[in-house]
Amino acid sequence: MATPETEVVAEIGTDYRYGFSDPENYFFKSQRGLSREVVEAISAHKDEPEWMRDFRLKSLEYFQARPLPTWGGDLSGIDFDNIYYYIKPTESQAKSWEDLPPDIKQTWDRLGIPEAERKFLAGVGAQYESEVVYHKLQADLETKGVLFLDMDSGLREHEELVRQYFGTIIPQNDNKFAALNSAVWSGGSFIYVPPGVSVEMPLQAYFRINAENMGQFERTLIIVDEGAYVHYVEGCTAPVYTTDSLHSAVVEIVVKPGGRCRYTTIQNWSNNVYNLVTKRAVAYENATMEWVDGNLGSKQTMKYPAIWLLGEGAHGEVLSIAFAGDGQHQDAGGKAVHVAPNTSSVITSKSISKNGGRSSYRGLLEVAKGSHGARSKVVCDALILDEESRTDTYPYIRIDENDVDIGHEATVSKIGEEQLFYLMSRGLSEAEAAAMIVSGFVEPITKELPLEYAVEMNRLIQLQMEGSVG
Amino acid sequence: MALLEIRNLHVATEDGTEIVRGVDLTVDSNEVHAVMGPNGSGKSTLAYALMGHPAYEITEGDILLDGESILELEADERAQRGLFLAFQYPHAVPGVTVASFLRSAVNAVRKAKAGGEDDPVKIPEFRTQLTGAMEQLKVPKEMAGRYLNDGFSGGEKKRVEILQMAMLSPRVAVLDETDSGLDIDALRIVARGVRTLVGPDMGAVVITHYQRILNYIKPDFVHVFVDGRIVREGGPELAEQLEAEGYEAFTPEPVGGES
Repeated sequence: MATPETEVVAEIGTDYRYGFSDPENYFFKSQRGLSREVVEAISAHKDEPEWMRDFRLKSLEYFQARPLPTWGGDLSGIDFDNIYYYIKPTESQAKSWEDLPPDIKQTWDRLGIPEAERKFLAGVGAQYESEVVYHKLQADLETKGVLFLDMDSGLREHEELVRQYFGTIIPQNDNKFAALNSAVWSGGSFIYVPPGVSVEMPLQAYFRINAENMGQFERTLIIVDEGAYVHYVEGCTAPVYTTDSLHSAVVEIVVKPGGRCRYTTIQNWSNNVYNLVTKRAVAYENATMEWVDGNLGSKQTMKYPAIWLLGEGAHGEVLSIAFAGDGQHQDAGGKAVHVAPNTSSVITSKSISKNGGRSSYRGLLEVAKGSHGARSKVVCDALILDEESRTDTYPYIRIDENDVDIGHEATVSKIGEEQLFYLMSRGLSEAEAAAMIVSGFVEPITKELPLEYAVEMNRLIQLQMEGSVG
Repeated sequence: MALLEIRNLHVATEDGTEIVRGVDLTVDSNEVHAVMGPNGSGKSTLAYALMGHPAYEITEGDILLDGESILELEADERAQRGLFLAFQYPHAVPGVTVASFLRSAVNAVRKAKAGGEDDPVKIPEFRTQLTGAMEQLKVPKEMAGRYLNDGFSGGEKKRVEILQMAMLSPRVAVLDETDSGLDIDALRIVARGVRTLVGPDMGAVVITHYQRILNYIKPDFVHVFVDGRIVREGGPELAEQLEAEGYEAFTPEPVGGES
């Protein structure tokens, strides 16, 4: 069908490892551009309840009414009329690996999913285009009452639970791109962990864009009930295309009293993708929320995982790493909002800029009146690899309470000639030496990743570093 | 053919100041050469220039390793051919453990030896080798998991330099003031380590200010280095003479070639 795209990709000759593309063989593809009709068609196609259809249509109005943000990155290159807002690749979801269509399976084989699964997957929900087509959940999770579904199935099978939380953490009019996602969302994960249940293995989902000019608007909702624990891991890779793609996700998380949730993303979109994601979690009494957020690819990323500390003793952490190369702008960071006493937060940001890339830390720390005993620490470290690259820090701090303990540290460093020479004197090439220094720089983040992702992250860094110095 | 041959070497800094002013030195396997000189005589510049530091320019002369000039080679290529420099001030690499750094370095050298093909050391083999070398050099086990030179004491850094040398098995090792910052016990251990490695496969150049380390690494040859030149050469007895008389006695009668 769409072999021209395959040819385009073949001609690029890029070093982007996942720059392959399979022929498109879609079951349903919306027309380009966004309108009431497109939104209605998406909702009708999914056979959604009326409230969701109305939610989508209202969100569309908000999206159309809001101007593009003028802060952060340059978004003027997005052509909203030239994007497919919905594509459904196969007729229905496959339950097992064997049931998948061969070309989809081939794509995933290249991404190494079965291998990953063999190792320590508790469940895989992989998003191919807009719809989750493959889903597997280990039997013991089901017996524990843990729900791990794609968002569409979640809505169909657990409508009341979804309706209770959907759009409550991130209102549909929160920002222009949250409104867009609310209008056209498709796929993403829905997770519910019952009280006291601890999911020991990380739950993983792979997301992937495969069609040119395809927008991807997955929607994730995670509810961790009292005293429960879950670690959700999301990896993203996209093939390379010549025109710009848009990825705009919304992730909402609720961590109830005493619960703990960790959400890990390694995002490696190809360098033509606008990656504009809204992620927010609320943490109640003595709950813990942790975002581990790695941004290696994309053309423009704007992403600031947020935690609202709503209950006394709640704790939040954001670990953010950004790698900006040629033509890339990573505008990333984190937000912590303290609205209860004795809450604590730590935001750690590490950024690397090379070959003219630009990385910015943008963060918000807010402590509301009455949040006595709140503690927060923000650490931003930037590493710049050459003279052409750039880094900025935009820390916003609003404190309305006197009894607080707040710390902010920021460092900017360059890879020194002496450090390189030292490593080269041991036989490492200049590129290997620089990659080693960078890997060490981000180690505080990689050590928090599941082993397999830590290995992948180091490999991605090495790929990014090859030929970048000397 | 000598292992390392330094011929009439002149080294200048980026601003053109000549620091090393005509050095001839030949090192063979089984040999320990001591280069002794006062502070500021250009000893460390000589060491950096041998390893190929980009801030120093070789304005005249040549450096041959196994009979081949290495002047055009980068530091990593020199290391891959068997040259090693134990730094006076080793640099820290936060986030990279000693063990993982050493494995990368060992693999880089193995790859070069295999003609550019990856030939990674097997993990159990590497571990055995590392454990053995650490025991011999009395480097505590937990050092393997610490970040390279990050927060190390002066003595720890020097020991880890020698550990790197042991793991990389170079042909020629240049030790730049390895004795500074070492207490007497550490000095003894480090010296013994160097002596064990020197043999049919390796020669060493020990650069030092003091005779102290030479009591433990008995040098075969001593070169007195003053003001960018070797001004006197002899056997171990020369080191003792230096200790007794100081460097001043050696300054007025240069024996190195005039530049």
